[in-house]
Amino acid sequence: MKKTLFDKVWDSHVVQKVLNGPDVLFIDRHLVHEVTSPVAFRGLKNRKIKVLYPERTFATADHNTPTLNQHLPVKDPLSANQLRALEQNAMEHQIPYWGLGHEKNGIVHVIGPENGITLPGSTIVCGDSHTSTHGAFGAIAFGIGTSEVEMVLATQCIMQPKPKSMRITINGKLNNAVTPKDVALYIISKLSTSGATGYFVEYAGDVFKQMSMEGRMTVCNLSIEMGARGGMIAPDEKTFEYIKNREYTPKGEAWIKAMTYWETLFTDNDSVFDREITFNGEDIEPMITYGTNPGMGMGISGGIPKSDAIEGGASTYKKSLQYMNFEEGENMLGKEIDFVFLGSCTNGRIEDFRAFTNLVKGRQKAKNVTAWLVPGSHKVEDAIKKEGLLDILNKAGFELREPGCSACLAMNDDKIPAGKYAVSTSNRNFEGRQGPGSRTLLASPLVAAAAAVTGKVTDPRELMVFEIA
Amino acid sequence: MAYDKFKVLSSTAVPLPIENVDTDQIIPARFLKATERKGFGDNLFRDWRYQSGNTPKEHFVLNNPIYSGKILVGGKNFGSGSSREHAAWAIYDYGFRCVVSSFFADIFRGNCMNIGVLPVQVSSNFLTKIFEAIEANPNTEFEVNLPDQTFTIKTTGEKESFEINDYKKENLLNGFDDIDYLLNIKSEIESFAKDTPL
Repeated sequence: MKKTLFDKVWDSHVVQKVLNGPDVLFIDRHLVHEVTSPVAFRGLKNRKIKVLYPERTFATADHNTPTLNQHLPVKDPLSANQLRALEQNAMEHQIPYWGLGHEKNGIVHVIGPENGITLPGSTIVCGDSHTSTHGAFGAIAFGIGTSEVEMVLATQCIMQPKPKSMRITINGKLNNAVTPKDVALYIISKLSTSGATGYFVEYAGDVFKQMSMEGRMTVCNLSIEMGARGGMIAPDEKTFEYIKNREYTPKGEAWIKAMTYWETLFTDNDSVFDREITFNGEDIEPMITYGTNPGMGMGISGGIPKSDAIEGGASTYKKSLQYMNFEEGENMLGKEIDFVFLGSCTNGRIEDFRAFTNLVKGRQKAKNVTAWLVPGSHKVEDAIKKEGLLDILNKAGFELREPGCSACLAMNDDKIPAGKYAVSTSNRNFEGRQGPGSRTLLASPLVAAAAAVTGKVTDPRELMVFEIA
Repeated sequence: MAYDKFKVLSSTAVPLPIENVDTDQIIPARFLKATERKGFGDNLFRDWRYQSGNTPKEHFVLNNPIYSGKILVGGKNFGSGSSREHAAWAIYDYGFRCVVSSFFADIFRGNCMNIGVLPVQVSSNFLTKIFEAIEANPNTEFEVNLPDQTFTIKTTGEKESFEINDYKKENLLNGFDDIDYLLNIKSEIESFAKDTPL
C-alpha cells in the first residue's frame, strides 16, 4: 500500500487502536520545560507513580528565565519557584536537566536538534505548541497540554486520533531576500490561522529541498500558526549530515541500522493526501504581518488588505487593525517602529544571527530602536562569538542577551511596552503577546535587521547588494 | 486527574462573538507561573477584562452582570495558539463547563476534554442563532446533552447534534481519564518500548 511519510512514522508508533476512539501512540522522546510540567509532576505524585522512561525524557528551563545576568538568583519569586520545581522534579525522577547556566541550556526546540535528541522517523512531544519545529527532521512532533505531559511521563504514550494529511508543495526558486520565515508567513497568509486545523502537513518541492536544516525548522515551527498540529519534511542528506555525531544520535552499528530505517522515510509515489496545496516560490516576497494573528501577513511592499476583501468576520478584522492602530489600505513600508526582537524557537538559530548581522554590518542601530538579540541556546551564543558576529553587532550598536524564550511570550522581564511597535522574528502577533498592549509585526531576521538600522519598516532589498543572475 | 462527570447541562450562556480567540487572550503568559492548578479563573481573559490597574473594563462581557452561566459561546477558531492547558483550566475555574463554537483549534479542544470541559462544535448558522438568542434575551437557557450529543436552544426548541468519538464520550460521561486507560495497558506499552530503540 502507498504510504505518506506521515503514515509511515505514525503507523509504526501505534501501540493500540481504540475502537471508535484515538490511537495509543508511543512517544520516543519527551521534552519538558518549567511552565507546563509542574502540575503534571504533581499528578504523578498523587497517583504515586514515577516517570516510566526517564531516559526518553529531557528537561530544560527556557520560557520563564531572565536573559540578563543569568548567573544571579532569579529575582521574580514565582519564576524562581517554577524553576526550582523543575529542578527538583528532574532530580527526583532522574531526568537529564539543563537548567540556567548549563552549557546545553536554551530554548527547548533549539536544543533538541542541537544535541541530537531530534531524530528522523521518531515521535516527539512537548508541552509547547511549537514542538512542530522538530518535524524538519522527518519526525512527528507536536505540542501537548499538561494532562498529556502527565500522560507521557507516566506511560510514554499519548492518545490521539490520527490527523488528516495535507501536502504543501512549493516549487521554483525563491527571490532575493526571501527567507524560510517569509515562506512560512506566506503560506499562513494564504491558508489563514485555522486553514490547516485537523491536518498534519508535509512540506515538499524544490524550495524545501534547497532549504537548510535551520530554515526547515523555521517552516515546521510555524505549522501550528495555520492550525496544523505539526509539519514535516522528508529527511535527506542534509538531515543526516546535520545530526551525525551529535551527542544523542546513534553511533557506529546503531547509526548504520538507523540509516536503513531513515532512508525509507519519504512519501511513496502516488500516495493520496486529504488535501494538496501548491504555491510558486517566485510569488513570495519578504513578508510582514499587520494584524493580531499570524495569518494577517502581506508582502512588505503591499498595502494592508481592505476589510471587504477579507473572508469571514469584518468586525474581528477591524478590531484587530484598531488594536494595531493601522488603517485598511495603508502601506507598511515607512512605519516607525520602537523595538526589534531577534530570537525565539522560530528564528533564534545561528543562521538567523548570520542573516541579521550581514545586513547590519557597517551600519548603525537607529536611535529610536531598542533591540533585543536573544540567541536560542548557549551553543548558538558560542557560535555567534566564535564566528565573529558579536564584534560586528557590537560595532553596529547591538548587544547580545543570554538564551531563552524572552520577548516571544514575555513571561520574563522582556516585555514590549503598551502601544509600542516591535518587529519580531518570533511566531505570534496576538494582542499583548509580547507584553500587555504591545504591537507585534512578525517578520524575518532580514526584515528585522532592516528595521533595526532604519528605525522603520524597510524593505531589506533596498539595503542589500545582489549579484545579477 | 479525575474531573466531574458530564451528562446533561442546562444553563444560560455568556456570548463572546469574536473570531480567532487565542489562548494568549484566554490567559496571558505572565499568569502561567504557578506550580499548582489553582486560581486561574481570576485571570481568565485578563487583558480584555481589566485595565492595566485591575479596574474592570465595563464593556467586556464577563463584567456585564446580565450575562452568566456555565456555557461560553465563542466565535470561529476558538482557542488557537499556544498549547497551554492553563487556558482550559481558567475557563473551568471561572465556572464554565462547556464551550461552544463553530470551529475549535485542535490542542485546545483536546485540553478541554482532558479536564472535563465539553467543547461543542456547531454549524456557523446555528452559532449565529445562539448569539441571536442570547442577544434577544440573556436569560435564554440552553441544554447540552452529552448522551444524545445535542445542543438545544430551549426557548425555541431548535437543536443541533455535535460530534465526539465514543471513547472520549465515555470518558466524559464517567469522569475517566486517559492515564487510567494507559496504565491498564502498561505491559503492552513496555513490550512495545523494548522493540523501539532510543
